[in-house]
Amino acid sequence: MSAVPAVQVHNLRKEFIRRDGGSRKRGRRRRVAALQGLSFTMQRGECLAILGQNGSGKSTLVRLLSTLLINDGGSAHVFGIDVFDKPRSVQRLVNRVSVEASFFKRMSPMENLSYSARFYGMGPRETRARIPEILALVGFPPERGHEPMEDLSRGMQQKIALARALLTAPVLLLLDEPTTGLDPRSKLEVQDFIRQMREHHDSTILLCTHDMAEAEALADRIGILHQGELLCLESADEIRQRYHADTLEQAFLNATGRSFEDEDEESRRGVPA
Amino acid sequence: MIRPEQGGALRRELIGFAGIVERNMYLIRRFAWWELAWFLYTVANTLTIVFIAKGIEAGGGHLDVNRTTIVLLIGAVIWSYLGLIFEIVTETVAWERWEGTIEYTFMAPISRASHLLGMGAFAVIYGVLRTALLFAVVAASLSVSFGNADFAAAGVVLLISSVSFIGIGMMTAVLPLISPEKGTQLGFIAQGLLLVVSGVYYPVTVLPDWMQWLSVISPATYTLEGCRNAILDGASVSQMWPDIWPLLVIGGIAVPLGLAVFRRGERYAKQHGRLKRSG
Ligand SMILES: Nc1ncnc2c1ncn2[C@@H]1O[C@H](COP(=O)(O)OP(=O)(O)O)[C@@H](O)[C@H]1O
Ligand SMILES: [Mg+2]
Repeated sequence: MSAVPAVQVHNLRKEFIRRDGGSRKRGRRRRVAALQGLSFTMQRGECLAILGQNGSGKSTLVRLLSTLLINDGGSAHVFGIDVFDKPRSVQRLVNRVSVEASFFKRMSPMENLSYSARFYGMGPRETRARIPEILALVGFPPERGHEPMEDLSRGMQQKIALARALLTAPVLLLLDEPTTGLDPRSKLEVQDFIRQMREHHDSTILLCTHDMAEAEALADRIGILHQGELLCLESADEIRQRYHADTLEQAFLNATGRSFEDEDEESRRGVPA
Repeated sequence: MIRPEQGGALRRELIGFAGIVERNMYLIRRFAWWELAWFLYTVANTLTIVFIAKGIEAGGGHLDVNRTTIVLLIGAVIWSYLGLIFEIVTETVAWERWEGTIEYTFMAPISRASHLLGMGAFAVIYGVLRTALLFAVVAASLSVSFGNADFAAAGVVLLISSVSFIGIGMMTAVLPLISPEKGTQLGFIAQGLLLVVSGVYYPVTVLPDWMQWLSVISPATYTLEGCRNAILDGASVSQMWPDIWPLLVIGGIAVPLGLAVFRRGERYAKQHGRLKRSG
């Protein structure tokens, strides 16, 4: 069993149809390749970071692995199970934290956690015991568990998002920019927590980020994703060596061949509002 | 660690189904004031309709005011019930997209059948309670006599027809998946069309021929007729078999069809990235 890779992605492709900005003319639709033939393998217990700018395809990868998108080619297996053939079986193994907290804003953390755990087959007795444990684990003050989500800070909401993912004991955890937009302190707390998860639980983590320091601090291997293509996938040291750079940031710029700001700008212009 | 398998797949589905109902209960509680305001609006709306009969008499018209008032009351109350069921089931997608939870619900290991039937079950529980209350409040503010009305039989017809309504609701729930901007509004259009052809405030025989054809396949036709027979003429469940069997047939077709339509819509949305718009 242990020989089965946690994630095996082969030649994975996804395209979207995008209407070109401005004119409403028909026929001005363009196919945009969000992922072009991605291949990689993750071992059980590994933390892999995918580093890429806005629009590079990080979220598309996460959505494909969490059965929210159907591929246009290639394959993906999670613990040996075909993601597109047996989505229900994969859903049981996977959970996710995304950049937006995504909760029913009027409902409390307890209510949000409780109903979403039901979708994973956890009955009331189980959630009554597990939710307080998980909240303590992520460092969420229990007395605030009954306030509406909308009254909590972004940092607090993101802790609940982590709690929601952990509650279902996923064997594969997909983190899509989990610290983007957090204040420095919350960011450190969330990163600390991810580190703890790695040390004390044998979770396999796919971390998508555009934060170089975060990738280097948390991941065993780093992949640079650029315009839907994986340029490399190795340790931070190897990446620096490959791109003849002193810092990971410089290596990233050398690899992607442009400055940060440029690319960010360009991809933003292309993304529909 | 993989969590040990806890009971079978059926148990998981039932818990998921209950989770959907539970979530909607939380929402109702959090939006209690809005619920109250909305209820008052429905009461006012219903009253404007049921007073029409007295209004015609006051204007010199001749009609059986008691009977006509009840006919209108039943039409208005069923309109409101159907509206509730449709709205709740249709909101399956629209509301979650607005809250931003849609991806988390659609990546959860719960079958679409449990998911949608959970929404339907909640809609029926909530709809029946609200509709009974609406009927009671409006009836109390009118001086109508119900004679030998069989309310229990009317309730049975309403419950049986709910199955069909849920099935049709599933078909309209898919619209926001395909058209994120206008899908919800299309659902309202479907509801309006359904009631127009079903004789909501009038017998279907007054409709043009082509509409009468449509009334035959509309479940609301039999709901309205059945409820009127039960409340106006005291018909029992067994006497209403002519209204009940079409409802069973339509429900037996509408639910599997609704599920199939929704699954296709979901597949389309997952192929084209329509579940959530923001990249
Ligand atoms: N649902 C969608 N519909 C249309 N285009 C999309 C959709 N999701 C992503 N894209 C496009 O695919 C590309 C990759 O996007 P994404 O995976 O969100 O990148 P990232 O998460 O790295 O910022 C972008 O060009 C984006 O505009
Ligand atoms: Mg993203």
